[in-house]
Amino acid sequence: MTVIPLTPVEAVPQPLPADWRDLLALTKPRVMSLVVFTGLCGLLAAPGAINPVLGFTAVLCIALGAGAAGALNQWYEADIDALMTRTANRPLPAGRMTRQTALHFGVGLSVFSVVLMGLATNYVAAFWLAVSILFYVLVYTVWLKRRTAQNIVIGGAAGAFPPLIGWAAATGDVTALPALLFAIIFLWTPPHFWALSLFVRTDYAKAGVPMLPVVAGNAVTRRQILLYTLPMVAAAIAPWPMGLTSWIYGIVAVGLNAIFLWLAVAVSMNRASEPAGMAPEKRLFKYSILYLFILFGALVADRLVLV
Amino acid sequence: MTPEQEIELRRRQRSRSQITALLLGLFVVLMFAIAMAKMVINQ
Repeated sequence: MTVIPLTPVEAVPQPLPADWRDLLALTKPRVMSLVVFTGLCGLLAAPGAINPVLGFTAVLCIALGAGAAGALNQWYEADIDALMTRTANRPLPAGRMTRQTALHFGVGLSVFSVVLMGLATNYVAAFWLAVSILFYVLVYTVWLKRRTAQNIVIGGAAGAFPPLIGWAAATGDVTALPALLFAIIFLWTPPHFWALSLFVRTDYAKAGVPMLPVVAGNAVTRRQILLYTLPMVAAAIAPWPMGLTSWIYGIVAVGLNAIFLWLAVAVSMNRASEPAGMAPEKRLFKYSILYLFILFGALVADRLVLV
Repeated sequence: MTPEQEIELRRRQRSRSQITALLLGLFVVLMFAIAMAKMVINQ
């Protein structure tokens, strides 16, 4: 009988459990604020009154669903996040958490948010919440982001669901106005993200993400920003002539969209290739965030005044 | 595992347990509030 000599086994270092702050960071809290706001506006703009507890739960579920989608996005994109300065310090690329933890956290939070939405409000809202999470993770993150420069265009739909979910939570159905709210955010996303990707282009190029400026160049991107702004303006003003809102929303929408269009034209006329010369793009990016907050705020104000 | 890592592990386990307990408590309160709200609606 051969005797195999026993050799000391080197201790394998066990990774520390993730800190709760890193789990929170995984949900992208800053992105969540816009999602929560548009979801809340969809809920408040819906006809009829929802019970405050159920309304709060619906918004909570929208936030948790967005957080879950963000966590699954970071789980899948840890490799490219490590290559970009903006994202290199996230919990996964920084090595503060295992990928398995992020996956379990993301899937668990997704299921929890959808089930809670179904129990607290209705199954139409739960269905659209599930669709939005799956769309963001599977269609945008896994399928489109690394393959096509149109990633933002179709992936933008994922961020457009919250007002529709909020409306569905309050009414149990989806009508013309929530569909228009969806269209506004869907069409708003390309100008918003392409303006950003113009002045952080080197970061995306380093990670090999085919953002439009990387693939097609600055001139094409600037033209596309203007082209997407036109239908966005039409969708944003449409609720007023369609009789879905009053003049309160109408006047605010016309003013906001006139400024957006003017800034988009300024971007289309800019020829700078370095971030230092991209003041119009930076202006449009900052304004686009303000635009969405004020537009949706005006919609809610319109409803509250009419009621 | 070094003593420093052991201390860090215990600290993280403790803070995670506290957060989990807090979230579970809030979940119970939320479920109670949802049940009450549903009862009011169905009356």
